[in-house]
Amino acid sequence: MEGADPLNVIVTGVGGQGNVLISQLMGSALVRTGHHVTIGETYGASQRGGAVMSHLRISREAQYGPLIPHGQANVILGLEPVETLRVLGQYGNPDVTVITNSRPVYPLAVAIGTAQYPSVEEIVKALEELSSKAWLINATDIALDLGASILTNIVMAGALVGAGVLPLAPEEFEQELQESLPADRLDFNLKAFRRGLAEVKAR
Amino acid sequence: MDIYVEWSVNEKVALEAAAAASFAGVRAIVAMKQNGLNVASDFLMNLNLTGTVGGLVLVVCDDPSGLSSTNEQDTRPAAKWAELPLLEPADSQEAKEMTKWAFELSEEIKNVCLVRSVTRVSHARGDVRLGEPMSPTREAKFAPTMLGQFTPLFVTIKHNFLHQKVSKAREIFESSPFNWYTGPKWPELLIITCGSGWHYSLEAVKALGLEDSVGILKLGTTWPLPEKLVQQHLARTNKVLTVEEVDPFLEGNLKELVGDAFPALGPLTFYGKRSGHMPTIGELDPDQVIGALSSILNREKAAVEPDYAKKAQALTGGIVQSRMIGFCAGCPHRATLWSVKNALKLDGRGGFVTGDIGCYTMGLGPTGFFQLKTVQAMGSGAGLASGFGKLGKLGFNQPVLTVCGDSTFFHAVIPALINGVYNQSNFTLIILDNSATAMTGFQPHPGTGVSAVGEPAPTVDLEGLCHSLGTRVEVADPFDLQDTTDKLLDLMQDDGGVRVLISKRKCGIVRAKEEEKPEYKVRVDSEKCRGESCGCNRLCTRIFQCPGLVWDSESQKAKIDEVICTGCGVCADICPASAIIREVV
Repeated sequence: MEGADPLNVIVTGVGGQGNVLISQLMGSALVRTGHHVTIGETYGASQRGGAVMSHLRISREAQYGPLIPHGQANVILGLEPVETLRVLGQYGNPDVTVITNSRPVYPLAVAIGTAQYPSVEEIVKALEELSSKAWLINATDIALDLGASILTNIVMAGALVGAGVLPLAPEEFEQELQESLPADRLDFNLKAFRRGLAEVKAR
Repeated sequence: MDIYVEWSVNEKVALEAAAAASFAGVRAIVAMKQNGLNVASDFLMNLNLTGTVGGLVLVVCDDPSGLSSTNEQDTRPAAKWAELPLLEPADSQEAKEMTKWAFELSEEIKNVCLVRSVTRVSHARGDVRLGEPMSPTREAKFAPTMLGQFTPLFVTIKHNFLHQKVSKAREIFESSPFNWYTGPKWPELLIITCGSGWHYSLEAVKALGLEDSVGILKLGTTWPLPEKLVQQHLARTNKVLTVEEVDPFLEGNLKELVGDAFPALGPLTFYGKRSGHMPTIGELDPDQVIGALSSILNREKAAVEPDYAKKAQALTGGIVQSRMIGFCAGCPHRATLWSVKNALKLDGRGGFVTGDIGCYTMGLGPTGFFQLKTVQAMGSGAGLASGFGKLGKLGFNQPVLTVCGDSTFFHAVIPALINGVYNQSNFTLIILDNSATAMTGFQPHPGTGVSAVGEPAPTVDLEGLCHSLGTRVEVADPFDLQDTTDKLLDLMQDDGGVRVLISKRKCGIVRAKEEEKPEYKVRVDSEKCRGESCGCNRLCTRIFQCPGLVWDSESQKAKIDEVICTGCGVCADICPASAIIREVV
């Protein structure tokens, strides 16, 4: 993936988890560092508990279209395990790097007891066999530890930057946080970002 | 900068308001989605004849696949219908350049200029190089220069002017900077594409390594077609693939052109939607273009390595469930529709609910207990109710309920409600007042007391407005299931005339955004929850279907997912064993 141009990143999760926000933050930070970035986003109805994804096309050369062709993702960042697997099956390839949150958001069929959520073993097996490197992060637990589950996405952004798969240094992402978040929320978010960063660095 | 911006109450009023600015000589832009253009089109089909003064740009974004819409209509035929120039941007940068140019074009031909976008252009982000903002130099003044300039006086003469304006636009389009060609001089196959199709075409040609044999004519001005430019390129190939979403609009217009120019062009084979190489439904993606090129030119290219695809299917196919959309945890619509369902059952006369467009459209699915039986346009639930309510003479005796949101009420329900009152129809309107335009981005509306730029604005009083029509009006808190059900049943049984229930409770997402603390801490008392052995047949998880309330297959009991639960406490009232405990926080 080193030097891939375009670098294709998919951020996936369930509507409401904040995949749009972190895609925007990463996109803006990357533009600031001299990249062309196109983000194709899922909006609207799917934001009500549906499967959502953002496609990021990052290039030094040119502006790319908003959709990544099947099998062409370089990095998949998942805010929810089953959504990560859904995207991996469609856009993955043997060289893909996957970073996923471990905490499920149950699809309704699971919540109401008519379907089973896959076991951790099944998820880990699929992640490992379908990627070149996979990270499973307890991001929601870290966010809850910091006081709010809504920080999960920022923890995951920290893990992504920490994994070194984006042409983006931690301080460059932090600068973006500083410029786009209101002052009273900054501290909270910086903490979340650094916890995600540390989580990956420690491994 | 002196810019005025508003959220208009509906698209027709929006276009009218923007046209007023144009009539007064200043520039205006108005944006809507494809369904919105239908609302605005009555005005548009007259505005095109009277023409404009200040540049007037109408941006319409289509939603291929209906990802957030009730249809996937292609707006572009409207440009042909209204005889207005049509621009189709391919990405963020071009959208910005084109919009600027559209103002100039509009002033040049003195008519509305249409900019047609699609989801993958409007709901995309990209880095955009900005120019210098222009400061408005004109003062707004309404000063017609011709007799009946802004009226239907001299319809046929104006219709002729309209034809001339289209011809002028065609001339301008011949040298537009938004049309260009890349590829060999004599391509084996020529792709003609527009909008989102351009990037997908580039990507497909690159993926298959066809740069030396396939050319791409990218058109930004798709109606009227720049005929000379297109003919030049058609003359250099004998195979043409059209890449566009959704309908074969460009394809049809190209064939029309080829029909006229046939002797000069000679035989051409067209590939696209009519030939079955491109889909006629749903949104485009790069893989479809790769597939079409592979098939036409006999190239092999699997999107995903077959071995990997097989392994992925084996490892994920069986365990990745579909994820249906539904009401959020703590959504007041779920609570209201629960009461609707129960009131209809208690009433027992086969009553039903008509509806329209908003978050509550999801009431047609499981999280709204399948209560909505009709969904078409905004406001059409009330219009249908008004009609159903007059069928008594023809043997109809079912109670009619209709639901709409507060924003939709202002948009298009008011005329239907007045129609019902005037014609003495018989139905109950439920206004799901969640103080939000929740499905489409939480923009303010006339009931919120906030303007488009976030300043205080007068609040239109829903209840007072309904009272003024002489309807009986009740207000209920949907989280109070008993009271809401009682009031609904009473309204339903108070036969004759139009009745209104305002079911008032702020949207859960707004509550969270405003950092309102949850009212309750909710938990399941596992001693009291009898699981499968309770006679309720898992009423809470199987039927009520709040994502915050889950069936724990290990303990075989219900439990609260504390990350998702918003603490509305409504589920405590539906548990027959009183096993769901809500404690005031």
